[in-house]
Amino acid sequence: MATIIDMPKLSDTMTVGTLVNWLKKEGDAVSPGDMLAEVETDKATMELENFDEGILLKQYVKIGEQVPIGAPIAAIGKKGETAPEAPVSNAKKTSKDLTNNEEIKLVEATSNKSITSSNNRIKASPLAKKIAASHGFSLQSLLGTGPGGRIVKADVLSALNKEASTTLPSINYGELIAKDEKIPVSNIRRTIAAHLVQSKTQIPHFYLDIEIDASPLIELRAALNKSSGEHIKLTVNDFILKASTEALRRVPKINCSWHGDTIQQHGNIHLAFGVAIDDGLVTPVIRNANTKSLRQISTEAKTLVEKARNKKLSPNEMSGHTFTVTNLGMFGINNFFGIINPPDAGILSVGATIKKPIVDMHGNITIGHRMNIGFSGDHRVIDGATGATFLVALKEIIETPALMFI
Amino acid sequence: MSAQTTANPNSKKSSQQSYATEPINKDIPSNAKIDLYRQMVRIRRFEERCVRSYQQGNIGGFCHTYIGQESVAVGTISVLGPNDHIISAYRIHGHALAVGMSMNELMAEMYGKVTGCSKGKGGSMHFMDPTRHFWGGHGIVGGQTPLGAGIAFALKYEGKKGACLCYLGDGAVNQGAFYESLNLASLWNLPVIYIIENNQFSMGTSQARSSAGTPLAKRAEGFAIDWAEVDGSNLYEVRYKTTEALKRAHDSQRPTVLEIHTYRYRGHSMSDPDQTYRTKEHIQDHREKLDPIMLFETILKNEGILNQDIIHEIDLKAKEEAELSAQFADESPYPPPSSILNHIYWEEDNPEHKVSQGTILFNQLLEQE
Amino acid sequence: MPKKTYRTALNEAIAEEMQRDERVYLMGEEVAQFQGAYKVSQGLLEKFGPKRIIDTPISENGFAGLGIGSAMLGLRPIVEFMTWSFSYVALDQIINNAANMRYMFGGLCNVPIVFRGPANGGVNVGATHSHTPENFYANVPGLKVICPATAYDVKGLMKTAIRDNDPVCVMENTILYNLEGEVPDEEYLIPLGKADVKKEGSDISIIAHGRAVITSLEAAKILQEQHNINAEVIDLRSIRPLDEGTIIESVKKTNRVLLVEENKPFCGVDAQIAYILQEKAFDYLDAPIHRVSALDGPQIYSMPLEKIQLPNANHVVQEALKVLR
Repeated sequence: MATIIDMPKLSDTMTVGTLVNWLKKEGDAVSPGDMLAEVETDKATMELENFDEGILLKQYVKIGEQVPIGAPIAAIGKKGETAPEAPVSNAKKTSKDLTNNEEIKLVEATSNKSITSSNNRIKASPLAKKIAASHGFSLQSLLGTGPGGRIVKADVLSALNKEASTTLPSINYGELIAKDEKIPVSNIRRTIAAHLVQSKTQIPHFYLDIEIDASPLIELRAALNKSSGEHIKLTVNDFILKASTEALRRVPKINCSWHGDTIQQHGNIHLAFGVAIDDGLVTPVIRNANTKSLRQISTEAKTLVEKARNKKLSPNEMSGHTFTVTNLGMFGINNFFGIINPPDAGILSVGATIKKPIVDMHGNITIGHRMNIGFSGDHRVIDGATGATFLVALKEIIETPALMFI
Repeated sequence: MSAQTTANPNSKKSSQQSYATEPINKDIPSNAKIDLYRQMVRIRRFEERCVRSYQQGNIGGFCHTYIGQESVAVGTISVLGPNDHIISAYRIHGHALAVGMSMNELMAEMYGKVTGCSKGKGGSMHFMDPTRHFWGGHGIVGGQTPLGAGIAFALKYEGKKGACLCYLGDGAVNQGAFYESLNLASLWNLPVIYIIENNQFSMGTSQARSSAGTPLAKRAEGFAIDWAEVDGSNLYEVRYKTTEALKRAHDSQRPTVLEIHTYRYRGHSMSDPDQTYRTKEHIQDHREKLDPIMLFETILKNEGILNQDIIHEIDLKAKEEAELSAQFADESPYPPPSSILNHIYWEEDNPEHKVSQGTILFNQLLEQE
Repeated sequence: MPKKTYRTALNEAIAEEMQRDERVYLMGEEVAQFQGAYKVSQGLLEKFGPKRIIDTPISENGFAGLGIGSAMLGLRPIVEFMTWSFSYVALDQIINNAANMRYMFGGLCNVPIVFRGPANGGVNVGATHSHTPENFYANVPGLKVICPATAYDVKGLMKTAIRDNDPVCVMENTILYNLEGEVPDEEYLIPLGKADVKKEGSDISIIAHGRAVITSLEAAKILQEQHNINAEVIDLRSIRPLDEGTIIESVKKTNRVLLVEENKPFCGVDAQIAYILQEKAFDYLDAPIHRVSALDGPQIYSMPLEKIQLPNANHVVQEALKVLR
């Protein structure tokens, strides 16, 4: 059987060779040591050495033709033998691959890029995330005290402790759930009760609900908190308060009070917001919120919260409001409708920001951060359309937070 | 293109006879002489088979053939005693065969197979056989010269009457490490023999273009080391002069530098097209006048020891052996992927003796390789 | 327990091992007659003679290679570099010969050699004499690298290094040579690959090697006394092999990490430590991993400036406070 001569590797970097000249013709006798042809490689033109005894039966490559290493060039055999016509190359692979999927292995596990855009990042240390996750706790509404607003372990633990203090003690079946006793009503509770009854029974409440894309807000908050260093820590609620004042600026009819024969249109916004304390709920007031920047509102809110918790609020600080915002987001409530705080014409009820599938502007399903805001309106003062306009304005402002600053 | 002229500037009319009568050559039996001849032929046929394997893509990387220099390895190694050791650079196929390593394990090593003498982990430049006192096989030019001094140092330290032959090329004599080694060898009386295998070209650079001062071995004088030049094409002369150097090493613990003039017919390595620094005529001239195998063949024929039948037989057997080694290499398996991460530390390879803790290798194979 | 200097402990380690094994010998510039450039080998020539305590000419490549060649035949050389800054002259021998020898030949031989000498800046000797190349050498598979920081550690580790059948690079420190510590007379060995908690703590893990350990302990004192911070200080001791377990345990406990090294930052040892910690202790990190390395320029000569080029206790304290923010 004829021996097939393949294009040899004549230099360590050669991959193809061009046959520039045949030194032996078909039919010539050839011996080991003879040169069969001249081949041009990447480095030089070399002579192709023959190692077999016999007759050059066939040349498979024409002068000027370029073939890869391992491709058949000629056949050498006994006189009279027929050479195969352009046979299948018996070349071995020149690169010795051990596996076929080497290349695939080089691609590491596809990056599990979070589907949310980087705009929606909540900064939390790996440890904080782990602790929160193990308690089924949402990081959404936490205030981060680490650098750049990063949520750290201490923040999660303190939030968990708060939660822990309101959780029920471990259940012991057969025992009373609580001490059977008469608890005297405190003054504060008495006052709250009176207000609520009056409000609920005398004000014709109607309810509107709107869902807001909270992503821009979250992003802006993170950016502002990061850039201002240690000094300012803006909360989500601060933004809601500010946005509310801007929405009221656009729809001032909400900033009214019913007085029977007249409706008092208030020129200033005295914004009350709910603060949960031991005994119940108080609503300290930020006076003239319409004249205050986000930062000022934030600072004032913090001060008032501190006072509220320490029971140091003055009556002045608790009264004279024209609009109220209440927030149960940090408690995980999705949406709710508060009871109007007289003499306001409406109350805004802010829910938690949750991740949910949404349809984006391209019609694709993606993950969105959504916040539900409920509005309870006094139907004597406000009609549905006005309430709706107000909510839509609020939505617009929250979703384009830059509008809070112009 | 600065090619050498056709006349070999180092060629003298080979004085083959003047060393034949030396006891080291006269006193060996005929079959030992035939064996010397056979060893040279085996090296040549093995090397030719390597060329073919390389061109077929079975041998990768660098492959430096010894064709034309056979007498240097065979001559020097044939006179070694039981406490003598050798270490060389990277043109080592001849040395490996001359100490007695098998063609199979060398070819398989070049094919990267697990049956190779270095388990496929070293390749053409890294053969070694400690049992045969052959310490490799080193790729960095001149890097082996301090190692050679160290082997000699160890022999002396242990009170052994032995020497280390440390081979280097004509290009390596310009590396600083060589001079540091010569200084240490002379200063500390180390039994090391530096053998400069001068094949006239350091890759593509002729001696005239790379090295100031001639002969190269004369540089040893600066270190008070004895030196000599040797006509490498004369096997008897190689044996004689090596024996002298060995005696000096064994008896007085003094080093020697031998410059053995030789020639390679192929390029520096398989990657060298061998067209830029010498002419075909230059090579042909040497082949016709100074081929060591041809010259020794003539001597033995004249001594009545060799005849055409024996010559033919030896040649045929050598070719067969070479061909079989290629087959062996081809059929042998590759090492398993786990080979990449063993033989790195003695301690890791010998866990029953391990005392170290902690992590020593900082990544691992992927599960499916 | 007796108090000895790092230098004395080192001297004892070498002498004890030479006593124990005939094949051990010491070679380097000025190690014999001069009694050692830093007096580490003081008295050894008298004890063991010129066959085994050998003065070399100035030829690092030559004598490092000679040592390796002799180790291939079974001797156990200790090759001293007067400073590791000079080892670069022998880089080819260390990396291509000592480290690769066993592997290239499929396990046919091994190289039981110890390369040792001081590796440090901080003594106004300028850019070419102040190198700390433990990171370069630790990158090379086939080498082992240790950085003992105390008298106790250097004795136990050096003895182990000499008995080790692989090439071991021991990075000492001229400033530490004078450091005293408790060193028993009875024989003891410290295995390679085991870190040491030099000071237990709870608020932050300060991980260091070499002289940076001493600096970190100083800083830990300041952190406790002036900032009421209880730092844990860990001495790696062994760079390759590396004790991952101890440092991970510590981070799991404290959740905050500061790495301290005298290496320059790019690919310094701490770059590898940071990778390991973020990979294996990711969920335990309450802050990013911080690091104090030498300032990223060649070593300056001027005294007060060199003091701030290398990590000092103040740097460590300031950075620790940042980690704890």
